[in-house]
Amino acid sequence: MLKYLEQMDVTAAPKPSGLLVAKASRRGFLGGAAAFALAVYATDAKAFTRWKTGGEGMDHGVVEDPLIFVSIDPDGTVTLVAHRSEMGTGARTSLPMVMADEMEADWDRVVIVQAEGDEPKYGNQDTDGSRSLRHHIQAARKIGGSVRTMLQQAAAEEWGIPAEQVTVENHMVSGGGNSVHFGELAEKAMAMPVPAHEDIAYKTEDQFRYIGKGQVQIADLHDITTGKAVYGSDIARPGMKIAMAVRPPVVGGKVVSFDGTAAMEIPGVVGVYQLPDWSQPGAFAPLGGVAVVADNTWAAIQARDLLEIEWDHGAHGDYNSESYLEEMKATAEQPGQSLRRKGDPDAAFADAANTFGQTYTSDHMAHIAMEPPVAVADVTGEGCEIWAPVQSPYRVRKDVAEALGLGEDQVRVNVTLLGGGFGRKSKGDYVTEAALLSREVGAPVRMQWTREDDVRHSFYHTTSAERIDVAMDDEGKVTGWRHNSVAPSILSTFAPDSGQQFAIEHGMGHVDMPFDIANVSCENGQAMAHTRIGWFRAVSNVPRAWAIGTLVGELAAEQGKDQREMWLELIGAPRVFDPEAEGLPEGFWNYGEPAGEGFEIDTGRLANVLNMAADGIGFGKELPDGEGIGLSAHRSFVSYVACAAHVKVVDGRITVPEVHLAVDCGFPANPERIASQMEGAAVMGMSVALNSSITFDEGAVIQGNYYDYDVVRSTNYPRVVTHIVEHGFQTPSTGVGEPGLPPVAPAIGNALFVATGQRKRHLPIGDAI
Amino acid sequence: MLAINVNGETREIDAPDDMPLLWALRDMLQLNGAKYGCGVGLCGACTVHVDGEAVRSCMVSASSVAGREVTTIEGLDPAGDHRVQQAWRELNVPQCGYCQSGQIMQAAALLAENPQPSDEEILEAMSGNVCRCGCYQRIVDAVRHASTGI
Repeated sequence: MLKYLEQMDVTAAPKPSGLLVAKASRRGFLGGAAAFALAVYATDAKAFTRWKTGGEGMDHGVVEDPLIFVSIDPDGTVTLVAHRSEMGTGARTSLPMVMADEMEADWDRVVIVQAEGDEPKYGNQDTDGSRSLRHHIQAARKIGGSVRTMLQQAAAEEWGIPAEQVTVENHMVSGGGNSVHFGELAEKAMAMPVPAHEDIAYKTEDQFRYIGKGQVQIADLHDITTGKAVYGSDIARPGMKIAMAVRPPVVGGKVVSFDGTAAMEIPGVVGVYQLPDWSQPGAFAPLGGVAVVADNTWAAIQARDLLEIEWDHGAHGDYNSESYLEEMKATAEQPGQSLRRKGDPDAAFADAANTFGQTYTSDHMAHIAMEPPVAVADVTGEGCEIWAPVQSPYRVRKDVAEALGLGEDQVRVNVTLLGGGFGRKSKGDYVTEAALLSREVGAPVRMQWTREDDVRHSFYHTTSAERIDVAMDDEGKVTGWRHNSVAPSILSTFAPDSGQQFAIEHGMGHVDMPFDIANVSCENGQAMAHTRIGWFRAVSNVPRAWAIGTLVGELAAEQGKDQREMWLELIGAPRVFDPEAEGLPEGFWNYGEPAGEGFEIDTGRLANVLNMAADGIGFGKELPDGEGIGLSAHRSFVSYVACAAHVKVVDGRITVPEVHLAVDCGFPANPERIASQMEGAAVMGMSVALNSSITFDEGAVIQGNYYDYDVVRSTNYPRVVTHIVEHGFQTPSTGVGEPGLPPVAPAIGNALFVATGQRKRHLPIGDAI
Repeated sequence: MLAINVNGETREIDAPDDMPLLWALRDMLQLNGAKYGCGVGLCGACTVHVDGEAVRSCMVSASSVAGREVTTIEGLDPAGDHRVQQAWRELNVPQCGYCQSGQIMQAAALLAENPQPSDEEILEAMSGNVCRCGCYQRIVDAVRHASTGI
């Protein structure tokens, strides 16, 4: 169970108010850490020169106060706060690992506690957008370096020797014939002034012990493998009740009447409650419906099935996603709102020797993390305490406070491990449900969603039609590019729906199209939302990469070139995007990052990963009939990932025996977790390519569980080889959690074409051919 | 009252006969290692052993296992050092970790019955256990590692 830090004997520094506790390492390291002998740190500031990131522009920015993130016990235990949510990316390990390294703390003596939702204290905690390392790695070094410096200063004072004669190494502080562990100096050290960046002698990269090594295991590994790791549904509070709800089958639907009589007869049922109606734009508000509250989960499940509810389905009761896709395809063939214009695309098409154009489409998708939404809330006279798997705990705190009419300071949000997130758990509708019911019932309530609830009441990945036309001269060189993107926007979840996408969606693989083409038009056609649209891992990059990557495969086939040649020709000579010359829109959204300083669009990096993936898989090798290799490359979240996929059709079934993913994510802070994210992206990308389809009829989702929304399993998973581009620390670390996903589906589609001659333009393809 | 034998102990629970074992374990006995994932036996997150065999605990009632030996991940090895658990750690298998109790219990049951499974037998045995994070490569490698040391 969770341990409160208050129960621990932490005396040396202000107590972090975090909750989820993990011993950093129970079994040491993967291969045994190399022995380091270091005593003297670089005084050369070049060991770590700071750069600007978009982190400062996020709500509550980046906090790098060591007194917030670090405490040291008298016994030497170093407690580090993880303020980003852990949903499988490793952020809860990697940021503390960076702090520990720069601090010279022994990882075996580190304990990690999870911060509660408190952004004014910890800085931004919104764990999405592949931002944890990108925005916080510098702060983590600063925090670690500060504490090491403070230990050194404290020792110098204590021993009456110059600070330069004090060394800090692997949890020991030594000098003047003294040698003590961190704990013995902790109280004094943590009372020293926090040094400025310029006054810290940072480690040089060759002195890194953990950073960049991939030897540190995830903090929760032992707990996970012994069943002790604590997720949302593992929280139990004294007197807690279990809630389940029937939500409107159609978004925006309302309860006309309900009868809970039969439900109340199930032993253990405490009550039946109507939840407040939802109205568009609902942001993260609960959907409404009727909830049952019971003593245990089984009683709640049985009672819920007995609820009789009459619905008014509301404005979206006639949404049919199949016919809507046809409407979107028609819209995509018309000119859309102009977003990016370079050169004279109209003339390029008028003068073209040849043109080629296709529309690439995709269905809605749902995240279906293994852990369905779940939250525990306890509303008392004093306020509300939450325990939940959430990607954005501070947003949840504000939403719950608003829903209950409480002040923010009356709500406390404790973050458990997330059994997967993928963007779904950024939206805390399920947490607010728990809070509303706890207030009604007067007891702690665990709101448990079933898998069917999760599949049918998600914030769906958008459905889309991406129309791309190219103009070519008589030598086949592409001279004009027109891309009209038509997809319901995430913005419809937050504001009255105009049917137009917004800058963040435009920036995800649409207006940032990296090819060296003289005349470009990027457009956006109108598409109204008829369900809740939200973000799903990699967001709009998934349909854009599918469209662009498939189109490149088609052009290669049209022109009789191999795919690599076609990709490299379109990417052109290595160049850094000049936003003005490229006609990028004003206010171009570069994942929130500044335009330069390691975050620019660098086509050389894209070509490089393409070559790495192609070389890795042996692109060009002879393959038997029914097999093929497909390539694709895509920049997203400021990282560059290329995929080379080997498809083999076996008895009409599409298999992907081998995938190579090459990733350039700047400085690879934790290569082992980067590889695991790439492996996962290949698997999810294969599900996206073959399986993932959420469809609507009469406004309601048709699918419900794994029987009709299945995912890749062990019998058809791809073997993945990950190639990571080496960079030093000064090349900013960029996204890892999401950018592996977008290039996978188009690589599989391109490989399938080579294997079978069949060109697929709709996602999902289906797993048989 | 139902009496069931879990992890070597007889436990009495006040539950109706039709309560699935999963909810009895979680809600009545606070054994939280087995996870809810789908409720219909299609994801394997709730896998436990009944008389040594891998069983989806969401699909059997608590009353049906009376008189049989139920083992959850909490009881797989007293120190958490079953060779499958060790292999999982040596290969850094988990990402989010939620499905891993079920994966480990499935793998442990496979190796108990078939100590040297072929790759195909591993894939087949593990095919009912979904990992949405996509850890299959390491899962399969870890099962092989636990089996052969390779």
